[in-house]
Amino acid sequence: MKLLKLVPENTNVDFMRWRNLAVVLSSLLTIASLAFTAYRGLNLGVDFVGGQMIRVTFAQPIDVEQLRGRVLGLHLGEASIQEFGGPKSYQIRLPKPEGGDAAANAAATQVKQLVTASYPGARVDSVETVSGKVSEELADDGAKAIGLAMLGIAVYIWFRFEWQFGVGALLTLAHDVSMTLGFFAFTRLQVDLNVVAAILTIVGYSLNDTVVIYDRIREDLRKYRKMAILPLLNLSLNETLARTVVTSLTVLIALGVLMAIGPEVIFGLAIAIFLGVLIGTYSSIYISAPVLVWLKVTPDSFLKTDEEEKAGTQPA
Amino acid sequence: MLEFPRWKVWIVSLVVALGVLFSIPSLIAGTTLASRWPSWLPHEKISLGLDLAGGSHLLLEADANDALKQRLQAKEDEVSTELRRDPRIEIGDISTAGGRLSFLVRDPTQVDAAVERLRKLSQPLALTGNRDWDVQVVDQTRVVLIPTPGGTVKALKDAMSVARDVVRRRIDPGGTKEITVITEGADRILVQVPGVENPEQLKKLIGQTARLEFKLVDMEANPADVQQGRAPPGSQVLPMADGSGAIAVKRRVMVSGDQLTKASQGFDQDGRPDINIVFDTAGARRFGRVTQENVGKPFAIILDDKVLSAPNINEPILGGQAQITGSFTVQSANDLAVALASGKLPVKLNVIEERTVGPDLGKDSIHKGVIASVIGTVGVMIFMLITYGRFGVYANIALIVNAFLILAVMAIFNATLTLPGIAGFILTIGAAVDANVLINERIREEIRRGRRLIDAVETGYREAFRAIFDANVTHVISAAIMAYFGSGPVRGFAVVLMIGVVTSVFTAVYFTRMLVALWIRRTRPRALHI
Repeated sequence: MKLLKLVPENTNVDFMRWRNLAVVLSSLLTIASLAFTAYRGLNLGVDFVGGQMIRVTFAQPIDVEQLRGRVLGLHLGEASIQEFGGPKSYQIRLPKPEGGDAAANAAATQVKQLVTASYPGARVDSVETVSGKVSEELADDGAKAIGLAMLGIAVYIWFRFEWQFGVGALLTLAHDVSMTLGFFAFTRLQVDLNVVAAILTIVGYSLNDTVVIYDRIREDLRKYRKMAILPLLNLSLNETLARTVVTSLTVLIALGVLMAIGPEVIFGLAIAIFLGVLIGTYSSIYISAPVLVWLKVTPDSFLKTDEEEKAGTQPA
Repeated sequence: MLEFPRWKVWIVSLVVALGVLFSIPSLIAGTTLASRWPSWLPHEKISLGLDLAGGSHLLLEADANDALKQRLQAKEDEVSTELRRDPRIEIGDISTAGGRLSFLVRDPTQVDAAVERLRKLSQPLALTGNRDWDVQVVDQTRVVLIPTPGGTVKALKDAMSVARDVVRRRIDPGGTKEITVITEGADRILVQVPGVENPEQLKKLIGQTARLEFKLVDMEANPADVQQGRAPPGSQVLPMADGSGAIAVKRRVMVSGDQLTKASQGFDQDGRPDINIVFDTAGARRFGRVTQENVGKPFAIILDDKVLSAPNINEPILGGQAQITGSFTVQSANDLAVALASGKLPVKLNVIEERTVGPDLGKDSIHKGVIASVIGTVGVMIFMLITYGRFGVYANIALIVNAFLILAVMAIFNATLTLPGIAGFILTIGAAVDANVLINERIREEIRRGRRLIDAVETGYREAFRAIFDANVTHVISAAIMAYFGSGPVRGFAVVLMIGVVTSVFTAVYFTRMLVALWIRRTRPRALHI
């Protein structure tokens, strides 16, 4: 059987030739993403702004405007209605009711009654009510968790490699997370708890490629002590290129299937991780590696205290 | 490489066999096969999260104001009872304004005695040397009891643990359902009830404090004053539950709901729903005595500071049984009976988060999740096969073993599978083969460099392991932080990721290495097709 080789043997792509262009472009895109997110804001779900969300599946496609009119007729405040998953599934969002529990209860009951009375065969799939206090805590926890995860991983990389690599990892993560946020701001996809989980996953997984490439750079730095840094980075990137492509593809196959035919409720999560893997593959080459050039990584960056030097691995 | 000792083969095989064995109960759950599964084999199953099984998740928070109010009220009762004892100390102008309890001692010579007796009532707080109430005297005759911060914290803690038990009894009087009721933080209770069709009903049950009190109606009060909300000394004005004005009642509690042993819904002579209650021995005696002394006078039945009804005492009620009437429906009478039987909530609980998922959505999600998992896995496997041939097959076997192991570990720890958890499962499948990709690419590289077959395989596994290890640690860091900060479904996702990281390193590195070693030992291949 002839085996598939997506990346030919002994490639010699001069990745670093475009590094300045790539870094400038990535920085601009990162800033643009953040600015856009700040300017336009994210479409935050009830998890983060509080309020009520009721998901309904109707027996047949319905007239959204009519449903909107009927829900607005209940005078429960600014209701928004969005298609969700398919032409028969909708999510109805209501603002935080002012009268506390009792009012929230009443609002949900009213909408449920309206739906079941006006649309025979309709099924109320879920009701979520989140108070302002809880939503603030969830938003706070989410932001804290993402920040901590980024720092924690950067510190680990610093311990395992050298400080330059830790900085590189942190910048790579900042890039990946900003781009993902920008994507959500741009597409207006709803950001709920699952998306925060996805971003945390990206923090863990987009660095996968970076770790593999850094590992190879370290190995090559020891092996070819006389080689200049740019050709050395190119060499390491080329050596790991086949692996980068194959792994990214396997993850994308699995997530692509999940996005295409998986449950609607976790579409946001699936698309965020899918995107994160794509961005992470790019940034592992064009953010993680160039950073090492600026921070002047040399074979001597690895001091004698390094455990493997002690173990007697022969530097060439 | 070739040194893969027999005992290691046995251990790895044993782990794999156990993994398959422990994952079966979860896989056959709900099918007819489940009943044919021998009873001596493991039965641990993965539980489904509410987002998959359907049900309600409620987060309740103690109302701090109400906690203070109830604590002051209880203290007021305690103080009155104590000072009424011999030698009796007459007090008046009781007030609970400003979060403190204060009253006048009528005879100035008794102030010191009152303070002495009340200090004895306060409880010392462990370790701190402080007490739960400060007793002070102002203006010579006014005694003020101030709750100390330490006392308030302890009172809340005690109240929450009682509240947790009360909530559990209310939702599940029979104690048979698989519900979760746990305290979270200092002032919250998390309630998870699978398969609830009507969360409103659930919230009504929990939302009621159900503090039941019987008090005499103050007949001397001036009706005009009562409508203004003013009551004579020793009395208080309470609203009627049906909204028909207000009524003045004596502050002193005749009997309270704490002294009930039973409460059930019934019907009165006219066929209207009411609640039958039975007092315990002490309560029955007290109720009998008070009704005997007050025949012909009305008494008020008060629930959560609202008067349900104020019937006349026609004759002494001696048997310890009574009916509570009011404008009830069968449902509301039944709810109240459950609430009364489970005891009063020591603090009012507000619902601050609610998530309810219908059972159909959960079924849809499982169905779609399973199909996506299967297709995703098959897709990855085909890709691995055409890329790496024999080594791809080994990676694929490892992948399947990994899927079993994840299920098995989840089952053994009785972990909860949530909808994002399914995504975590699929992600793990995609990412788990990364270890094999790393190894296989490295082997290819080493062969290109001209290494001999066995040497290449050995170097491949050794050199790739460093990167595999570091990459997986980063996954664990992010998953652990997610598990710590996340709630419910997100935590379920993190748990699957963490389990997947550990099992995938085992299957992708050790297990495939064993397969490769056994193959090389058996066939002694001359060339590697990879």
